[in-house]
Amino acid sequence: MDKNISSKQVLNDMISRHYAEALEAKKSGELVAWATSIVPQELLETMDIKVVYPENHAAVLGARKDAPVFLQNAENNGYSNDLCSYARVNIGYANLKESAAGNIPMPDFIFCCNNICNTVIKWYENLARELRIPMILIDTPFNHTFDVPEHSVKYIREQFNHAIGQLEQITGKKFDHDRLKEVMKISTETARLWKKATALAAAQPSPFNGFDLFNYMAVIVCMRGKQEGLDLFKFWAEELQEKIDCGEGPWKDQPEKYRVMWDGIACWPHLADTSKILRKNGINLITSTYPDSWTIVYDSDDLDAMARAYSSNYANRNLAYGTGNIVQIVKDFSLDGIIYHSNRSCKLMDFRQYEVQRQVHEQTGVASVIFDGDQTDPGAFSLAQYETRIQALMEMMEQRRNERLSRR
Amino acid sequence: MVLGIDIGSSSSKAVIINAQLEILGKAVFNTGAGTQGPEKAVLAALREAGISREEIKFSVVTGYGRMTYDKADKQITEITCHARGAAHMVPSARTVIDIGGQDAKVIRLDKDGKVENFVMNEKCAAGTGRFLEVMARILDCSIGNLSSLSENASEEIIISNTCTVFAESEVISQLSSGAKRENVAQGAHKSVAKRVAGLGNRLGLTPDVVMTGGVALNKGVVAALEKEIGQKITVVENPQIVGAIGAALYALEMAS
Repeated sequence: MDKNISSKQVLNDMISRHYAEALEAKKSGELVAWATSIVPQELLETMDIKVVYPENHAAVLGARKDAPVFLQNAENNGYSNDLCSYARVNIGYANLKESAAGNIPMPDFIFCCNNICNTVIKWYENLARELRIPMILIDTPFNHTFDVPEHSVKYIREQFNHAIGQLEQITGKKFDHDRLKEVMKISTETARLWKKATALAAAQPSPFNGFDLFNYMAVIVCMRGKQEGLDLFKFWAEELQEKIDCGEGPWKDQPEKYRVMWDGIACWPHLADTSKILRKNGINLITSTYPDSWTIVYDSDDLDAMARAYSSNYANRNLAYGTGNIVQIVKDFSLDGIIYHSNRSCKLMDFRQYEVQRQVHEQTGVASVIFDGDQTDPGAFSLAQYETRIQALMEMMEQRRNERLSRR
Repeated sequence: MVLGIDIGSSSSKAVIINAQLEILGKAVFNTGAGTQGPEKAVLAALREAGISREEIKFSVVTGYGRMTYDKADKQITEITCHARGAAHMVPSARTVIDIGGQDAKVIRLDKDGKVENFVMNEKCAAGTGRFLEVMARILDCSIGNLSSLSENASEEIIISNTCTVFAESEVISQLSSGAKRENVAQGAHKSVAKRVAGLGNRLGLTPDVVMTGGVALNKGVVAALEKEIGQKITVVENPQIVGAIGAALYALEMAS
């Protein structure tokens, strides 16, 4: 990788290329899949199928302020305003097929895994039905137990086998199991490097802020099984390590005063505002529960390991895991506070958020705040209310820090 | 002498205190952010204290309008200021319920009276002063008389909509079906109480529970809220100026 350019430039080029290549592939008659964000993409990569991720695309449209027209279109066509805004943006896009903020090719089939939520099943079923294309579904039952039970592993593995058959039928090609092992190896390595890079935020000060994390996340979502994804995270980790060695923090013009975690998805349409207000208060968002969802690591190279890994996404695991995960993050990253995004779109995340907040507070005593927003619907967010809550969080963190200092 | 200013969405409050923590001047104007209210409140407080602006050593502004008010030395959120003001006035307070014009918050204090945690209403007017204002308008009574109107309630009425706009049409339809104004007024108080109790129960309501903010002047809401949470609520004197008192206390600390 050319070291004269930054990893951020490489990242931006990669994302542009990812979408451009997918559009080009479609034009030249190659098959394109639309997939949910944490699918066993290894199966598609093995078959050399171009994949685009509607959730990532919806986030892009949201961040580039082009979501409203698609939200409105979906609602005009009878989809409720109460549905997930990623779903509404994508359903609107599937109908309009054109955005000034960036396009994706229309799919030849749908690849859906419900380890992130169950809305995706109906959302993707509707797409498949409306577009008259096949749908492959991997159903990952919610883990009520702390670890993934063996019966779920068996159930998911059999679905992988079935999906492989469906893919062979759709493509007319034989599935290459040796190639799958190679892809799994690259994916695991990419995920490890992603984890390694993001874990560098534990340094004090952290070499980056979490809004970078949200940007780099696009590659772990879209290019986890590709060598270039692996190379990028290796490069980013080296870059961050250099910053740590020089004692550089997230910003050149101000120090990192407080370190916080963000629970949930970003407010893409208000990314700049949400970030600026944190920075104004000296708050660095250093980590989040959300990007770690793509740390898909295999303990072996078989389908059982893959089944276990894809079922282990935190959104698919029980309350004890959800709470324990955040408690560990608070310790590992020496956090001063937590920001919980009560995301109107994500009923799954909201469902247990208050209880997670209560338990994490009980176990760590760390200051926290909940604010209302939405991942892509710009109307479900109030800047003044966000600012008051963030400032109050800063005041709580400041007061605790002063108390700690005065006790010394 | 220092000044605390609390600029809410529907009223402006100013308090001047001295180093002995005595209140020398206080004022409340029923117009809030974006109006002349804050300035009028400051001038009235100065007048009552009998001092000029130059004699103010430090000032802190709080409330929804704090960001746009550029005459104060420092701005602090209403969460921190209400907590400070309430803990100063009622040292045994562990929970502060503050219902203002456009938001409702429940704050848990630690044993030193500092903010331990807080919850606020979601971004809608349910459970806030604005909801009561809308109800008062439909009932054709002033916001100040809503409480006394509810004292004569004879029958329980439930307003089931939490959305203020929907609740408005629900109440209009109840009135047109013959519901008594007094009963509707009590129903409105109960609606606010249920919403705020929901917030409080989420946080945990450790006694003593103190109520601040303009809505604390409404005895009907306080009674309904006490019933909902099953606890006695202490309403401080001049509940509207608690945030401004908290701001003034911070100003005093920062001036020294």
